[in-house]
Amino acid sequence: MANTHTLWISAHLAEKIRAHGVETYPNECCGALLGRDTEVLRNQADAERKIAAPREVLKLYPLANRNGESPRNRFMVTADDVRNADLEAQSHGLEVVGWYHSHPDHPARPSEYDREHAWPWYSYIIVNVNHGAAEDMASWRLNDDREEFSPEGIEIRQHAAVQIER
Amino acid sequence: MAVKVMIPTPLRIYAGKRDSAEFAAATVGEALGRLTGEFGELRKHLFTEEGKLRAFVNVYLNDEDIRYLAKENTPTKDGDTISIIPSIAGGSTRAPSGR
Repeated sequence: MANTHTLWISAHLAEKIRAHGVETYPNECCGALLGRDTEVLRNQADAERKIAAPREVLKLYPLANRNGESPRNRFMVTADDVRNADLEAQSHGLEVVGWYHSHPDHPARPSEYDREHAWPWYSYIIVNVNHGAAEDMASWRLNDDREEFSPEGIEIRQHAAVQIER
Repeated sequence: MAVKVMIPTPLRIYAGKRDSAEFAAATVGEALGRLTGEFGELRKHLFTEEGKLRAFVNVYLNDEDIRYLAKENTPTKDGDTISIIPSIAGGSTRAPSGR
């Protein structure tokens, strides 16, 4: 199926993800994407003919990489971190719409390991940090059948469409 | 006796968009079995093909991780709440060991 999902994110937040990847290089960074997803067209009969309603990232929730064994090519967000991210999102009237992590010296494509540990619906942003400099950023969603990820368009916006409580 | 299973946001699309469902069940495993029996599309996101809970899927009975109870054999009682919380893991393709 064609790329029917688009993720909106402000230039400011996109830059913060890149900066987090640079800061933790050569280790992987990770964090939660807090935002809104209206899902207006999801599951509707005409969904295939339209672009799904945009999902917007409105706040980041940077997390520590809990993978102490192999932080250069693995990241781990514990269930407690996930709960805290959910609570943080709720406190701003948002929800956790996905997760970001970096691939140090590796392309911004999901790995087999990523696929095995993912759920559909979430947006997975990956930023490639090459020799300490942030390069490509891409977003992915796991398909319903768990067989592969589909690319999700990222639309970098100058400003967030919705202001949230700080 | 009814046990409430909270369905995490990413999986609600496979459960008729519901955020929870109640089932008569004597154990956590039985409740999860009834959940995936009613909503078959949920199964592969919670269990491996061998029928084991996926490693990144954490199940709590009233806020207690069932790994520290009796796992899927943990008995449930009327009014209990089961939560399903993922841990998020990933990384690039290079082998994790040998560095």
